[in-house]
Amino acid sequence: MITLGHYVMLSALLFIIGVAGVLTRRNAIVILMSIELMLNASNLAFVAFSRFHGLLEGQVISFFVIALAAAEATVGLAIVVAIFRKQGTIDLGHFKFLRG
Amino acid sequence: MAAFVALLPLLPLLGAFLNGIVAVLCRSGLREVPKALVSLIGVGLPLGAFGLTLLLFSLAKNPAEGISTAPLWTWIAFDDFAAHVAFKVDRLSLTLSLVVTGVGSLIHLYSVGYMSHDKGFARYFSYLNLFLFSMLVLVLAGNLPLMFVGWEGVGLCSYLLIGFWFEDPAKAYAGKKAFIVNRIGDLGFLLGMFVLYTVLVKKGVASPHGLLSFDILQQYRTELSGVATLACLLLFTGAVGKSAQIPLYVWLPDAMAGPTPVSALIHAATMVTAGIYMIARLHFLYTLSPVAMEVVAVIGASTAFFAATIGLVQRDIKKVLAYSTVSQLGYMFLALGVGAFSAAIFHLVTHAFFKACLFLGSGSVIHALSGEQDIWKMGGLRKRMPVTFATFFMATLAIVGLFPFAGFFSKDAILFQTFATNHKILWGVGFVTAGLTAFYMSRLLTVVFLGSNRTEKEKLAHLHESPLSMTIPLILLGLLSLGGGWMAIPEALHGGDHFFKWLAPLFPYEHFFDLLEAAGHGLELLFSVVTLLWVFHLGLITMILYAQKPAIMDRLAGRFRRLHKILEEKYYLDEIYNFLVVRSIESFSRVVLWRFHDEKVVDGLLVHGSAETVGLMGRTLNLLQTGVVQNYALFFIVGVIFLIACVIL
Repeated sequence: MITLGHYVMLSALLFIIGVAGVLTRRNAIVILMSIELMLNASNLAFVAFSRFHGLLEGQVISFFVIALAAAEATVGLAIVVAIFRKQGTIDLGHFKFLRG
Repeated sequence: MAAFVALLPLLPLLGAFLNGIVAVLCRSGLREVPKALVSLIGVGLPLGAFGLTLLLFSLAKNPAEGISTAPLWTWIAFDDFAAHVAFKVDRLSLTLSLVVTGVGSLIHLYSVGYMSHDKGFARYFSYLNLFLFSMLVLVLAGNLPLMFVGWEGVGLCSYLLIGFWFEDPAKAYAGKKAFIVNRIGDLGFLLGMFVLYTVLVKKGVASPHGLLSFDILQQYRTELSGVATLACLLLFTGAVGKSAQIPLYVWLPDAMAGPTPVSALIHAATMVTAGIYMIARLHFLYTLSPVAMEVVAVIGASTAFFAATIGLVQRDIKKVLAYSTVSQLGYMFLALGVGAFSAAIFHLVTHAFFKACLFLGSGSVIHALSGEQDIWKMGGLRKRMPVTFATFFMATLAIVGLFPFAGFFSKDAILFQTFATNHKILWGVGFVTAGLTAFYMSRLLTVVFLGSNRTEKEKLAHLHESPLSMTIPLILLGLLSLGGGWMAIPEALHGGDHFFKWLAPLFPYEHFFDLLEAAGHGLELLFSVVTLLWVFHLGLITMILYAQKPAIMDRLAGRFRRLHKILEEKYYLDEIYNFLVVRSIESFSRVVLWRFHDEKVVDGLLVHGSAETVGLMGRTLNLLQTGVVQNYALFFIVGVIFLIACVIL
């Protein structure tokens, strides 16, 4: 029997993997992918809650999240391309423009 | 009555205000100073004050104890302390007011001629009127705090007028010196007031008129006997500063940097006598303390002597007169110290006449010689400036103390009373000083007016007698120098002692008339004659020597070269003060206050220190800003976890 707990556990696991990816990886594209992973982890949780409680709001929000994720991926990839053109690398370790 | 009294100081204040406006309006040089108007205001209002004083004099002649006006308004009031603006008119303050406004008006008139070529004409009259106002406040004040207001006011005006030509740094410096030396004395004055006040409060005295009013102080004098010595000595410190006595006399000779009429008015006739007046006003306190009286007498006598010795060798015409002033003020303190209060006031009055005349005469000479002040570059001015010479001669006879000129009576009264109160040594000092006075005044007169002329050619060309506005005051003051003493012709000379009798009700502790009775007219007459012969012969010999055989004096100076040098350098007192006081304060200021406290503590620790601390904190926080987005994300997540942990736990 698969319970809500299983879904939430899986969602949390995916989210943590995403966080770990954002924090540890150097490649900008992998980081974008990790962010997608975190978004999808939350989507999973939303849909699971929606299904188990018989409410539709969770599914609606997950659609919003998908739309936003698409937009974010577009902008993010555009920035990555622009940076690559300028610097010739997408290794985030090289980008320290914000240094004080 | 009270309205008149209040009006008296207000007249010169109005003059100061109006001329001040004129001075400000004309400052930019856009408009010519309206000299006629300025003179009219500047001389007219003091004359008005003089007229008013005469009126008061005729009104107040009868009541011997004087009139204290009710407080016109309250100046300071808190808790149990009150200081009122209240005036006291009695025979003493009236006498002083007459001198201040009378001699003051003459000097104002003289200034019209003397200052006529000066740019700061309106400013000058504004200051001079302001001085007159302050002096009248000082003299008429009914309580110590108000007297202190006038006291500081005259000090301020003295500073302003000594440094009148402030573009010359030396003159500005002289003004500062006078001001600062006087501050030392004023500290004593203030402390004296505090002592009196504290004691009266402790004894539970209360009065709606303010505890420090003269009437209250006199009424409760027995309560004050415990601290009389302390209070009197502190107040005397103030008097020493203002009246230029040892050890604070060094400012007065330097004060000669101001315009000559100022020297005559402030530094000879009025302000410098404020100390004498103050002690006479507080005579009831001083008589409580024999120690304080002794100190006053000794300081007075030694100042009289030492200043006179310095005066013997000075080359600057005004400096000779300045040291002479210091010396004569010493006589007055001697008189106060032996309890001869009315004799001191009498000498104050006659001294105001002849010393003002001498200063104005010297001003006339300086004016005619285009600013020359060295007596060895003068000589033979007798024929070219007859009026100046005649008045100067009369005033010289007066200060030397020849019969029947004014100084004879007043100086004689002091010397006789000093001897009669058993101060034989002090009398000796005074007697010798009288001889020194005769010497330096005869020397001055001879070198400046007699003999042959030693002036440079181009200055000789404009040599002229002074204009009428200057000679009229000279003549009047010359006549006063002649006749000013006749108000107290002693009974020994078949006179009435009017002046002493007039002041007698004020000084009930003075034993002048008892002394006279005990000593008898014979002794008094003998003293007069001895002093007269002594100064007459010394003066005459000096005149003959300087006129006929100046070489002898040069040889004498050569023989006692070292002594001569010491006198010329004024006992090196300025240098000693410089070394002991000025230099030590300067080095303390430089090393401790500037280099250590200002630079290290204030600048280093506080100003720069606080900035450095903030900077250090900034640099530390700066280390967190790596510019790597992932680090920021890490901080963010750590923070979130922390918050969640807080909420859950």
